[in-house]
Amino acid sequence: MTEGKNKYQTRRDFVKKTGNIIVAAPLLLIPVALAKKMSVSGYVWQIDPFKCTQCGQCKTNCVLTPSASKCVHAFRMCGYCDLCGGYLRQGVKTISTAAENQLCPTGAITRKFVEEPYFEYTINENLCDGCAKCVKGCADFGNGSLYMQIRHDRCVNCNDCSIARSCPSDAIVRVAASSPYIQKDKGKNNE
Amino acid sequence: MEHRENKPRMKKNLPVILFMLFLFWHSVLKGQDRFPRPEFESGYVYATNQMPAQRAGAWEYFDVVVLICALIVTTWLALKKRSRQGLIWMSVFSLLYFGFYRQGCICSVGSVQNVSLALFNDGYTIPLSALLFFIIPLLFALAFGRVFCAGVCPLGAIQELTGFKPLKLPKTIEIVLTSVPFIYLALAILFASTNSQFIICRYDPFIGIFRLDAPYTMIVFGALLLLSGIFVNRPYCRYLCPYGVLLNIFSRFAGKHLTITPAECTNCRLCEEACPYDAIVPADTDQDREVQPEPRKQFILYFLLIPLITISGGIILYNLAPTLSGVNSTVRLAREIRLEKMTGIESVLKTVTAFKESGKTETELFAEEGLIIRQFRKASKWAGIFLGLSLGIGMVSLVIRNKRSEYKPHKGKCYSCGRCFKYCPIKVTS
Repeated sequence: MTEGKNKYQTRRDFVKKTGNIIVAAPLLLIPVALAKKMSVSGYVWQIDPFKCTQCGQCKTNCVLTPSASKCVHAFRMCGYCDLCGGYLRQGVKTISTAAENQLCPTGAITRKFVEEPYFEYTINENLCDGCAKCVKGCADFGNGSLYMQIRHDRCVNCNDCSIARSCPSDAIVRVAASSPYIQKDKGKNNE
Repeated sequence: MEHRENKPRMKKNLPVILFMLFLFWHSVLKGQDRFPRPEFESGYVYATNQMPAQRAGAWEYFDVVVLICALIVTTWLALKKRSRQGLIWMSVFSLLYFGFYRQGCICSVGSVQNVSLALFNDGYTIPLSALLFFIIPLLFALAFGRVFCAGVCPLGAIQELTGFKPLKLPKTIEIVLTSVPFIYLALAILFASTNSQFIICRYDPFIGIFRLDAPYTMIVFGALLLLSGIFVNRPYCRYLCPYGVLLNIFSRFAGKHLTITPAECTNCRLCEEACPYDAIVPADTDQDREVQPEPRKQFILYFLLIPLITISGGIILYNLAPTLSGVNSTVRLAREIRLEKMTGIESVLKTVTAFKESGKTETELFAEEGLIIRQFRKASKWAGIFLGLSLGIGMVSLVIRNKRSEYKPHKGKCYSCGRCFKYCPIKVTS
């Protein structure tokens, strides 16, 4: 075939057409290949509290300041102790709500008397900065009812979660967007 | 004798002992219930936690719809309306919506990693919206050129809007720098497919600006890129963007593409200096061409070099695999543990502490490390082949001279930004 005989049958045109097909084919094959590995609802990031080692990296490594990860209290796991490892600093002289006795640096935990000898501890999410100090205290000395969770009203759901990258115990996992929290007291909900 | 009698009893009781041990161990593992749950008498009601959900999943598909609409409008503005002004407004919209409102996630640039992670890992399911964000701009590139870059990509938009004083870089520097995105893409796919890291997201320079919050180093990097972008337009798009490589390849086969002139090119050469991205290929007719036997020889030489470069690229990256696998956190942890054993100095890394607390054995960890390195060897070979092949083809394309009778945008490099429109003296009134 001689070049230029027909405007649309030159060698260059042929190369272009073939290239077009070669390039388009894998693009259309990708959805086919991924058909089984696709989720319509997507996923969000969450801290697996059973893997968490309370290192406090998620306070500093989140792209948001303050971090999207905050402390959550599983009330049904709590012992409602007077001497609370999550509320009081280690080695306090008196058990009271005085600021110098509190472990939480932002004073985000409120302590309320319920009945003798029980006290209720509530996290104020607005004050909590996700330092995980109380979580560590509770895990070391208590029932482990305080735990870290990524709060999805704050989380921007990065494609590459930056606290997942820095988590030393690989505790940050992708979970289905339909059930975005891993609640520690899930099985204990019924009385 | 007693001893002998004891043994069978031990053997008989072994399952029971093991079971008791298991129960004990289980209570240690699960048993943070040091204090029993109190039985309240005062009628205390357990408080409940507010667990706010993400914004509804339907919004992600709204983003996809916005993406498609933005692409259609940009295509119309670039190819039909030929309005630079319109494209600028489109950039403003995308910057505000995809950038500042959606805070840059998910973007098409990063979705490359989701796709490669999903393709090579069974444990990961890709969100459909991420897949759509990956494919739709490429389909548009295949049909109309890089309209995605022109007015839809928020990263492109922020640079397009800040590129005030375009300067041209020397050709050699330009060619060397444009090879960086290929390496970036190859590494990004390599790291994502081995489930190690999403480097494109991690080193996204402008996401900190969209969120008004980022690590200090990334803010500095982003600011420096924007500052240099005032003079060297779109530095990220040209010298870093990995998705741009794909768009570049796809756009070369575009069915329709933006044209500099609305009608017939008269070779007036007024647009010659118009493009800050060096994406205008000048007319090259037979009259200007000197008779040179050299290019043909060079062409044959480079063409024969392609397989050689490809294979050596594969070999080099294959041998680099253990080094590259250092980006994987498991491999890093295993190396740290090995170093700790070798030197006898206890590591202070939090990962090491967490590993020791986790109860995983070192053999398990080292086995996992070996598996990951093997994955890296398998994948990096292909990354090397891709890099070698693109280098080879790039070298060949340097010596190819096309016969052209008009000034045309280079289909691969052109961002369809429309800066050249105003340089063309031909106006069509209809």
